[in-house]
Amino acid sequence: MTNMKKQILQAGLLATLINGMASGALMAAPPDAARRSELIDLLKQDCGACHGMRLKGGLGPALTPDAIGRLSIETISETILHGRPGTPMPPWQPFMSRDEAVWLAGRLKAGVD
Amino acid sequence: MRASMKSLFLIAWLLAISLPVAAECQLRGTGDLALVIERATGSAQVIDTTHRRSLFHVKGLGDLSHASVVYSRDERYAYVFGRDGGLSKIDMLCGTLVKRIVQGGNSIGGAISQDGRFIAVSNYVPGGVKVFSAEDLSLVFDLPATAISADKNSKTVGLVDAPGERFVFSLYDTGEIWLLDMLNPAKPKVTRFTGVGRQPYDGLITPDGRYYIAGLFGEDGLAMLDLWHPEKGVTRIMDHYGRGERKLPVYKMPHLEGWAMAGDTAFLPAVGHHEVLVADRHGWKEKARIAVHGQPVFVMAQPDGRRIWVNFAFPDNDTVQVIDTESLKIIKTMKLGKGVLHMEFAPRGEAVWVSVRDRNHILEFDTRTLKPLAELPATKPSGIFLSARAHRTGL
Repeated sequence: MTNMKKQILQAGLLATLINGMASGALMAAPPDAARRSELIDLLKQDCGACHGMRLKGGLGPALTPDAIGRLSIETISETILHGRPGTPMPPWQPFMSRDEAVWLAGRLKAGVD
Repeated sequence: MRASMKSLFLIAWLLAISLPVAAECQLRGTGDLALVIERATGSAQVIDTTHRRSLFHVKGLGDLSHASVVYSRDERYAYVFGRDGGLSKIDMLCGTLVKRIVQGGNSIGGAISQDGRFIAVSNYVPGGVKVFSAEDLSLVFDLPATAISADKNSKTVGLVDAPGERFVFSLYDTGEIWLLDMLNPAKPKVTRFTGVGRQPYDGLITPDGRYYIAGLFGEDGLAMLDLWHPEKGVTRIMDHYGRGERKLPVYKMPHLEGWAMAGDTAFLPAVGHHEVLVADRHGWKEKARIAVHGQPVFVMAQPDGRRIWVNFAFPDNDTVQVIDTESLKIIKTMKLGKGVLHMEFAPRGEAVWVSVRDRNHILEFDTRTLKPLAELPATKPSGIFLSARAHRTGL
């Protein structure tokens, strides 16, 4: 492996770590406007089936900033991608990329109108 | 003098235009009306299903995610249960909101008692059931569910009315079925059945009001209570469906409301399987499974029992399949657009109304030809509730 490649890899790892810890501002590939709107629609309509269209909870817990604000972006995005075994929360990995899940997690922490 | 008369008229006229104008009430029957929930805008439309037209738009109903509706016995009033704990009473003839209360923090539906006196609401937060007067929505009885922590009770689901001024519901977190007897409203009686199975997610009652059945999310099978013999306790039925098979992820919980029965055969959505379960109604044994397009949400029998209509959870919610109940074969698959959320049959079964969220319309199909008859605009429609529900147990 060349030094250059190593550096890129390290930078990538660092970005992933920071993404996990902070706000998702360093995302590698933030979804474009059309996709963002699709993701918000998915959140309201389909996540909303259990969490409520306004995300205030239902059979599944509330996803409002008061309810999940203390969770890290990584915890939220991993939960979105892989679900929660033993609960009805299914994995949403077939429908979005990791970057998209990270973006969505950031939006949830910030609060969605 | 003349000037002051003029100004009086002006004042009267200003008052007249500034007062909210009551919608013009209709002089007609209500038996062919329906309420269509527009959940994104917190509104509902009153629809005339005979002339296929919208009569009224009722606004200000709050968060209508998962909203459902019951009707007064005279079919004049609709009671709408919203997710935000809102309970709204709508006058179907005038298109007006008669009264609205916010009775809980987070709700999942309700029921009206056999004689129409009481409205019961099932709440997630605070977990439990509240009973209100159908007349003025005043609180009659508050029944908290089993506590699961210092400040939380179990969520309640699958609330239905049963003969004898009773309500039946399930406790999601604690795996119970409770029977609430309101015959003497001053002294309601509660019978609790515990250990009925993990995570009951919804319940239904057979149209005769005899069997209450809770679907279980946390394990296979269903929990059944015979209301003719509650002393016999809750039994498990269809215990072996799906056993040992890997479950698929469920992107929307199935709904058990609407008992799909054709002759002696019952049809049920499988949980975590892309299948409709077929059971013998007498022994409650599995007779067959029908492979379908996705995770079924509603599995509804036409009132004549001849066909079953099925819609599906995300990502297959653009599809409706129709199953012939004699051959158990799928006879038609329709792609209607994203977000087919609900289906409601005309009481005698000649037509079915289907909501298609992302197309912003509801469709009426002829159940004989399976062809569309009408299309009405509605904003992100979800549930469609015909007033004929007033006369059916468990709806």
